[in-house]
Amino acid sequence: MLQVNEWLFIGIFFAIAWALPATPILIAQILQPKRANRLKRETYECGIETVGDAWVQFKVQYYLYALIFVVFDIETVFLFPWAVAYNQLGFYAFFEMLLFVALLAVALVYAWRKGALEWT
Amino acid sequence: MAEFLTNQGISATLATFIATFLGVVAVASFGLGWFSVLGLWLERKFAARVQDRMGPNRVGPAGLLQVVPDLIKMITKEDITPQGADKVVYNIAPLMAVGAVILIWAVMPFSKQLIGADLNVGAIYFVSVASLGTLAILLAGWASNNKYALLGALRAVAALVSYEVPMILSILVPVMLAGTMSMQGLVEQQHIWYIFVVPISAFIFFTSNLAETGRSPFDLIEAESELVAGYNVEYTGMKFGMFQAAEFVHAFTACALMAVLFIGGWRGPGSDQANLGGTILGFAYFFGKTMVIYLIMMLIRNTVPRVRIDQMMAFNWKFLVPLSLINLLMVAFIQKLIVPQYDSVLTTISGGGVEGGLYDAIGANFVAELPRAVILLAANLLVLGVLGRVIQMFIQAERRRVGEIASTPNPLHPPQRIEVAVGD
Repeated sequence: MLQVNEWLFIGIFFAIAWALPATPILIAQILQPKRANRLKRETYECGIETVGDAWVQFKVQYYLYALIFVVFDIETVFLFPWAVAYNQLGFYAFFEMLLFVALLAVALVYAWRKGALEWT
Repeated sequence: MAEFLTNQGISATLATFIATFLGVVAVASFGLGWFSVLGLWLERKFAARVQDRMGPNRVGPAGLLQVVPDLIKMITKEDITPQGADKVVYNIAPLMAVGAVILIWAVMPFSKQLIGADLNVGAIYFVSVASLGTLAILLAGWASNNKYALLGALRAVAALVSYEVPMILSILVPVMLAGTMSMQGLVEQQHIWYIFVVPISAFIFFTSNLAETGRSPFDLIEAESELVAGYNVEYTGMKFGMFQAAEFVHAFTACALMAVLFIGGWRGPGSDQANLGGTILGFAYFFGKTMVIYLIMMLIRNTVPRVRIDQMMAFNWKFLVPLSLINLLMVAFIQKLIVPQYDSVLTTISGGGVEGGLYDAIGANFVAELPRAVILLAANLLVLGVLGRVIQMFIQAERRRVGEIASTPNPLHPPQRIEVAVGD
């Protein structure tokens, strides 16, 4: 297969991947009973009336994890091309990567020491 | 297929399009159809046997068709959109959850010839597509206007993105060994199964996938004792069913990826011929390997208790991530030390007059890779040994700490002697 065809395949696959779950949901829309009432649409929480809406502030811990995740995710994006070309590169490629990973390891150690990895 | 259509007088572009389209439909419907019937049955039966129950046994032979009445039930249930929910996002989320998983199958190599699209960036493709599933969970929780759903979604997302890091780092190792990101290339380069070459990577990939698919012991996404049901608490009917389907298919997909990356995918005796027999054999090997891993996953799911969220995060960031970094560095170093001498070994074998047929079957490349594989395995075992020692030290320290706390008398509740009056 040509390269273009492969991405064409992915494109069609993308449409189908959305259509496949959409079909049963649409069929269900036709078959299901529709007896709406106000009580049924209430938020399902504890049986008592809910206070306020759900979009509340949540703790900073989630953001900390997200930040560390971003650091490492970017790192892996850079590491993938390196890994593919690794067999063709000389020994210096290893040391370059060592330096790169060491920098990120410092970030991890810093976060660890600062207690960003504790779920409190 | 495309040639046949072109011969019928259809333009080449259109013919390619139709052929591709049919291929896509075949692959996608195969994915959903097979899993929902046989996979779900197997999963339920297995869980039932572990829990000393019978499992489904009424509908169809041995309860095989249990999925059908379940589907009918689900499809005739009413969809309820809770008040105050963000309707658009609320409806997109279940589609995205399933779509993300199905998209992975586009690059899954079923056999030497049977693959949807052999992208040259296959490994990155499936990682990026799989993370759409995380987004779907966040959308579902956020749009539901339910505090439990939001809490569950946030916790799930924090855990899922965390476990993505060691997963990607462990994928890097096979990519580095094979020198390609194409899924087909990764299988073809595995003259020795990578699980025997780099077992640590395989272990990290498997563990982080357990978490990624929300399987026990990392099934905190749906910790019913804490979050009611997690991010999908407000979903009913078919939309809820879609989340269940997504989770189930994702688990199976993760096993298939494990089979492709670490235990040789469709590789096996006779499967590398480019004909129908080779295709069927390769498919059978691929599926057999996937099922074996899936059985292990089910066994873990049904026997290991759930961990706490802080334990889960600590396990990831303080154990899996450093381990995968060390593992990556170690493999990179050894790979530069020992480069497999494919060509020289091939000439020695043919020059030495060894019978060609036997060596073709075992694979001359197998011989070429053996020294590197052995040294990598030895290094892996060494790391595992050191790791075991470190863990033991931590366990002892933790025991001491807990022991001290337990032996310190609590001033608020001094130990009391309980007097039992016997007779009056």
